[in-house]
Parts: sequence; C-alpha cells; structure tokens
Amino acid sequence: MDTQEEVIVYARPDSLTKTNTHYCPGCTHGVAHHLIAEVIDEMGLRERTIGVASVGCSVFAYNYMNFDFVQAPHGRAPAMATGVKRVFPDKVVLTYQGDGDLASIGMAEIVHAAARGENISVFFLNNANYGMTGGQMAPTTLPGQKTTSSPSGRDVETQGYPIRASELLATLDGASYVVRRSLHDPKNIRLAKKAIRTAFEVQLRGLGFSMVELLSTCPTNWEMTPQNSLKWLEEHMIPYYPLGDYKVNPAVAEIKG
Amino acid sequence: MTRELWKGNNAIAEAAVRAGCAAYFGYPITPQTELLEYMSARMPQLGRAFVQAESELAAINMVYGAACTGTRVMSSSSSPGVSLMMEGVSYIAGTEIPAVLVDVMRGGPGLGNIAPAQSDYNQIVHGGGHGDYNLIVLAPSSVQESVDLTVLAFDLAEKYRSICVVLLDGSIGQMMEPAEMPPFQPLRTEYPEWAVTGAKDRERRFLSSIYLDPPQEEAANLRMLRRWQEVQANEIRYKTYYMEDAKFAVIGFGSSGRVALTAVRAARAEGIPVGLLRPITLNPFPEKVVEDLAKQVEGILVVEMNSGQMLEDIRRIAKGAAPVEFFARLGGIVPLPDEVLDEIRRLAKGPLTLEGHPRDRWLARMGTLN
Repeated sequence: MDTQEEVIVYARPDSLTKTNTHYCPGCTHGVAHHLIAEVIDEMGLRERTIGVASVGCSVFAYNYMNFDFVQAPHGRAPAMATGVKRVFPDKVVLTYQGDGDLASIGMAEIVHAAARGENISVFFLNNANYGMTGGQMAPTTLPGQKTTSSPSGRDVETQGYPIRASELLATLDGASYVVRRSLHDPKNIRLAKKAIRTAFEVQLRGLGFSMVELLSTCPTNWEMTPQNSLKWLEEHMIPYYPLGDYKVNPAVAEIKG
Repeated sequence: MTRELWKGNNAIAEAAVRAGCAAYFGYPITPQTELLEYMSARMPQLGRAFVQAESELAAINMVYGAACTGTRVMSSSSSPGVSLMMEGVSYIAGTEIPAVLVDVMRGGPGLGNIAPAQSDYNQIVHGGGHGDYNLIVLAPSSVQESVDLTVLAFDLAEKYRSICVVLLDGSIGQMMEPAEMPPFQPLRTEYPEWAVTGAKDRERRFLSSIYLDPPQEEAANLRMLRRWQEVQANEIRYKTYYMEDAKFAVIGFGSSGRVALTAVRAARAEGIPVGLLRPITLNPFPEKVVEDLAKQVEGILVVEMNSGQMLEDIRRIAKGAAPVEFFARLGGIVPLPDEVLDEIRRLAKGPLTLEGHPRDRWLARMGTLN
C-alpha cells in the first residue's frame, strides 16, 4: 500500500496563544485575531511586533496574541502606540480597537495619529455597538438601530448620525492606507487578510499610517443567531459602510501590485 | 562644568536630556511652554523622540507607551493640563512603570491664570487620578535645585517603577538663575526584564493595569504599597535652616519656602529665634521631622501659595504638640518676604492657641487685606 506524507494545510498560527477566548459564539473578533496572527506568522514579524490592546471586548487581545503587548486606556491606543513606535522605530506596532474606542472616546487620538502619519497599523473592528458593556449605542450604530441606550432605535434628530471613520481618516495627508473590509463570508475574509498584509507592508516600508476597518458582528448584543448576524451585516452595514479602498497612496499602490 | 544663566523651564529640559531622557511628549501650556519648545529643538538634534501631542491626554498616553519599553521618558505641563493627564497617571501607576512628569503650577481652579501657584499639592501629593497609588513628588525652590531634582526624578522613577513628579510653581519655571548642568549620561541600550521590546528569544510579555480578578488586584495593590514603604524608608528629603536653637518654625516648600527663608533671616536679625523647614519630597513627606519639630518649638507657621493644602498634613502630623498658624497668598500671587516677616513677628509675640483652625484665623486677617 502506498503511504502518503501528511501535509498540514491549516494550523493555529504561532502568533496566537493556545488559550480559549472569552468572545461570544459567532463573534468575528476570533476571525480578525486569526487573520492578524496568520499574517504576522507569514511575514515573520512575531518577534518584533508590539501590540496595543484597547478597551472594549478586545481588551484581552493580549491574552490571545502570542507576542509582546501593552494595554491602553479607552481610546488612547494610537497615542500609546505612538510612544512605543517613536522609541522603537524598527518594531512593528499595531493597535486593535473597536468602534466605541476608536470613533468615540478615542477620536482625537486616531485623527492625530493619522495626521502625523504615525508609522503604525490600526485594526479597527466595527460592530455598530458597544459590545463589552452590553450593547449600547456606538458612534457607528446605524440610524434606527435598536441598542440598550437607543431602545426605540437610533433617532438621528437627537442622537446624531453614524461616523464613517475610514472615509474621515482618508482625508488626512498623513494616512497612507485606509480601507474597509468585512468578515461576513469567506471571500471577504480573504480580502481582509490581504488588506492586513498590505497594512504591515506599509509600516515596514515606513510609508506612514495604515488602517484596516473590519465590519464585524455582535450576535449576543444584536440578539441574533451568528448566521443571521452575518446576514444583517451584509444587508444593513455594508450599504451604510461601503467596502473599498479609501486611501491608497501611490507608493502603497506599488506594493499591492 | 561652569555655572551658566538658565531659565527654569529650559534648565529642567536640558537636565532631562543629560539624564538620558530618550523620549519627550508634551503640549503647550503657560507657564511651562519653554520646556516643550526647548525639547522640540534639542531632542531631534540628538536623534531622540519628540512629539507635540494633540492634547495632554494624548501626551501622557504617549509617555505610557514609551515607558512600557523601559526607556527614560518624560512629559511636562501646568495645572489644567496636569488635570487632563490624570487618566494616564493612574494607568502608568497601575502598570508599575517609570516615568517623569514636571508640573509647573499656575493659579486655579479652572482656567485660573498663568501666574505662580502651589495649588496642585493635593492633586499630586494626595492623588488626583482614580485608584490607590502614590507618586514620588519633588519640590525644588531654585533653578539649580530643579536641575538636580530632575536628574534624581529619573533615577527614583526607575528604582521604584513609579511616576516621579517634579512639582514647581510658575515663578521657578520662568525665572533665570545661574545653574550648573549635570554630566551627560549615555542613553540606555539595555532594557529592564519587564519591558516590552518584542518577544525575541523569550516568552511574550504584556504590560497592563487590569486585574479583573479582585484577589489579583488586591495583590497588586499590596505590592505597590510595600514598594511605597521602601520609598518612605529611603527617599525622604528636606532642608532645615536655623533650626538648632529655634523656638518657632516656618514650614514651606518650593517658592514659599524660599520666600520664607528670606523672612526667617530678617527675623533672626531682629533676634527672633525662628528656623525653617523646607520639605523637598512632598511625597513621601518628612513626617518624623515635622513630628519632632512640633515637640521642639512653641509655634509653627505654615506658608503656602494655596489655601492650606499642606497645612492639613502639618496639622495631622503635629497632633497638637505645637500651635500652628497659617499664611498664604492665592490666585497666582507670590507672598512677599515682608508679609511673611510680619507673620513671624506675630507668631513670636503670641498669644498662640491650639483652638480653632489656623485657616479661619488667616482668612479673617485676609479680610482686612482685601
């Protein structure tokens, strides 16, 4: 009988720890963690990467990523990342932030990090609500969307309009690479992974600020099954937050080939 | 080194550079701004990190990030800006990492004004941010002492993995005096065993102030407290003047202490047996010295440029062993030596009382002043 050599085609990346996460079933944080870890493994960056976790569901990202990490106050991850990167320009510095963290309390820090062209990579998980505190209205909550602090649905007359962070940051000269991807199906997950890789390439080449916004689900707080939440993301979030490249400076376009 | 004429804020900046400060993050605010301006030219010249942040909030969090690498890092600000930094101060304290912060105090509360004051005493010495933590607080009274204490601040911050604050008022930041600069220390090339530097050939590290499990948070709090006991045992600094035979004592820190010294000398010339205690570490506070002094003298005069924030500490420590009186100017006004001399004469003349509150008596006297 012929013996065939066993080939591993899929494994847990070295850049992920062997820890069970605290994320809810069906939440896309796990997918985002996995993609970032895969890219860091593939690019051989693990030993020179320093992550900055934020406040929100991803507060424990440092437990799951198998490289050096610090943990920032709510919204301040880009400032903390600036401090790390300015001391260690040769390290790879990333922040992992949710939409409450980045687009509400941390708006000043993200805008100015981008404006300075801070040479860091930001991974921005947008799930249209504050997950960690139990599903309150976020700056990204859609008009009419019910949350625990917009129980009748977000009323734009009194609660304002959602913020499209990628479009906003793309207006800044210091931002080199700003794109929005989604984690709702395999095709889009692959595209997200490519964008994550490009973001790191931008940083390695010293091209300045890079951000990948990842549309994500929150089945628990949306009160949906994981499957329905993927569908809700596709049908409701993508029309408001169109996927695409919002800022690709010419030097970055060369990397993308 | 020779003595050169230095402006306080610039002198502190150059002292920090020479102490091996590798990164500076700040935001303009009067009367501290020259420090930031000096660093904006000096740090890039030496290939070191300088960022003018978008706010004090961002500046202190940049300090937080840089401090996680184990390098020498600092920021500076003035009272309203320091209020904004309190979030980061609490996080840095909770993460148990070293950083240096310079607070060039101005009049308050609120926007207040840009004149010298000492009204951040409570915020810096007794907390200000949330949670249980202690900052090491150094209070210089001259440009030279600001230089010396800035260098010491980096050493103490590192030794105790703590924030060390150099707390001065706007007049010291703004005045020019001769000062001698310390020698140049080389920048660190090795990083401490707790620092986040990239997980090369070792286990990953992470630095945070989060202990979700209450017993772990309690253990962290106890660890910080025990470390603070070491600071209390080893790092108390103060200066006394003419105290050997003193029957009366003036206590003041920073500029108040300096003005008081002039007044004490004048009072001595009049034959009044008065001395001065000038605490240099405001935290840890020279409690034993105050306790002994209260037993030695017939009366104590506390002089401050705030409404008696240190006064409460003196009263707590003196435990009624000697009557305490109080004199202050507020709102950005520096007391004049003659004003303090009048207060010393009043102290020596008596009668003194242990009844009532010295602040109330001072306030009553201020009624006739304004």
